[in-house]
Amino acid sequence: MLKKADVETVIEAAGLELTFQTADGPVHALSDVNLAIGQGDFVSFIGPSGCGKTTFLRVIADLEQPTGGSITVNGMTPEEARLQRTYGYVFQAAGLYSWRTIEKNIRLPLEVMGYTKAEMSGRTASVLDLVGLSDFAKKYPWQLSGGMQQRASIARALAFDAEILLMDEPFGALDEIVRDHLNEQLLALWKRTEKTVCFVTHSIPEAVYLSTRIVVMSPRPGRIIDVIDSPLPVERPLEIRDSQAFLEVASRVRQGLRAGHSYDD
Amino acid sequence: MIEALHQRTLPILTVVAAIIVIWYAGTVFLNAPWERDQAERAGTELSLGQLITNTMAQERPVLPAPHQVAVEIWETTALKKVTSKRSLVYHAWITLSATLLGFAMGVVLGILLAVGIIHSRVMNLSVMPWVIASQTVPILAIAPMIIVVLYNIGVSGLIAKASISAYLSFFPVVVGMVKGLRSPDPMQLDLMRTYNASAWLVFWKLRWPSALPYLFTSLKIAIAIALVGAIIGELPTGAQGGFGARMLNGSYYGQVLIIWSALIGAAICAGLMVGLIGVIQKLVLSRMGLAR
Repeated sequence: MLKKADVETVIEAAGLELTFQTADGPVHALSDVNLAIGQGDFVSFIGPSGCGKTTFLRVIADLEQPTGGSITVNGMTPEEARLQRTYGYVFQAAGLYSWRTIEKNIRLPLEVMGYTKAEMSGRTASVLDLVGLSDFAKKYPWQLSGGMQQRASIARALAFDAEILLMDEPFGALDEIVRDHLNEQLLALWKRTEKTVCFVTHSIPEAVYLSTRIVVMSPRPGRIIDVIDSPLPVERPLEIRDSQAFLEVASRVRQGLRAGHSYDD
Repeated sequence: MIEALHQRTLPILTVVAAIIVIWYAGTVFLNAPWERDQAERAGTELSLGQLITNTMAQERPVLPAPHQVAVEIWETTALKKVTSKRSLVYHAWITLSATLLGFAMGVVLGILLAVGIIHSRVMNLSVMPWVIASQTVPILAIAPMIIVVLYNIGVSGLIAKASISAYLSFFPVVVGMVKGLRSPDPMQLDLMRTYNASAWLVFWKLRWPSALPYLFTSLKIAIAIALVGAIIGELPTGAQGGFGARMLNGSYYGQVLIIWSALIGAAICAGLMVGLIGVIQKLVLSRMGLAR
């Protein structure tokens, strides 16, 4: 499928390389990664451990430095993009500050970025509403379930107007029922905010259910095996996961993962 | 409620009772030879009951009985004006003022060093070994030298004693705060980086609150050894007041009771100060939502 011409490219990687120098010799975390992500895309990165999916996300976020190739975020270097606070990052663990209430946790980026008091209150209230945690504003993180904590951390990433949302296995530690629920909510959120989302996951159903594009990756060296443009409609009830189209996409992802693994052992 | 109180106080009271019993036994055992000696010289026979009562009422016992110490403390606190030089409260305040000043100096120095150490690789490599080395020198050996050196540059009395306290108390603060300020995990630091937060904001919004629980633990140790430092600081100067001076006087004139009452007085002061920090710790941490 060709990318529509009117869609603006937000993230573009060309020949991206990243090699970590470790005690056991060099580790090729990313090797010749070429990818263009358009405005408003929901892109999932899937692959086994060590395939470089998290590393790629961290390169976009300027948390790792590539050793070769080029990458632009909103037409800038990742560092410039970070300095301009172009993206919100959701980590594997919610990582809420235990000494701050949920509300104050969401205010954290706003405090750092120097928003006015009135703006902070308004934004905090609106993102809390967006993730359905308005009743828990005054609670401390330990008083919330794991799923609620992760929702709070998503709200924290949404509080400032970043155009890009980078999510690193945000639901990896949650049970499947909670995960399904959050997947549904995340899709609704994405539709409402029209942000570009990069989403790292281990789960095939999660990747297929959420994404407009699925990037299948493989380890040693970390590289892209397949990029799948999802044929699924924008409206996705949970039942869509039993449809023929869904199963076909899932099967293609699985094949890609298997191909990447074949000369692994 | 009452049951919870029982569960907490009962073990403590048991230990206190055991200590007192052992103490009394020690009193009898250690003071008995002198009584026997006296009886022999006078050519009289001592019954066991008499021997035991006598050992607990000696004027210059090897080990005074707990109630003798209690009476001595009562007489030198409640029954004396606090301005009197024979009041233990007067001496306590002299030592405590040096303790608190030294503690404050030590805490400020300790926090500043810890902040420097976590932010500067050079300081981490150069300062930390000296911080540790400073505590391997016996304080009894170095205290007189510090006092003499300070005296020669015109610093004496309160500040000199306080500097010994500071010398001891900065150490747990440095160690605790270095650990505490480094306690945020890499993810939390990455998060701040994604916000493009300045080093100051990372410190103020993340490192400092993370370090507070560690700080309070350090403060409890620091205040107790600050008191020890102040007492040691009083020994080489021949100070006129303070727990240290009291102990020194007691040993010059063989007044064991004075030594023991000063000792117990110092222990009570240390206990109260540690307890006070514990209360502040509870208040602060529960305000931060960290106490569950």
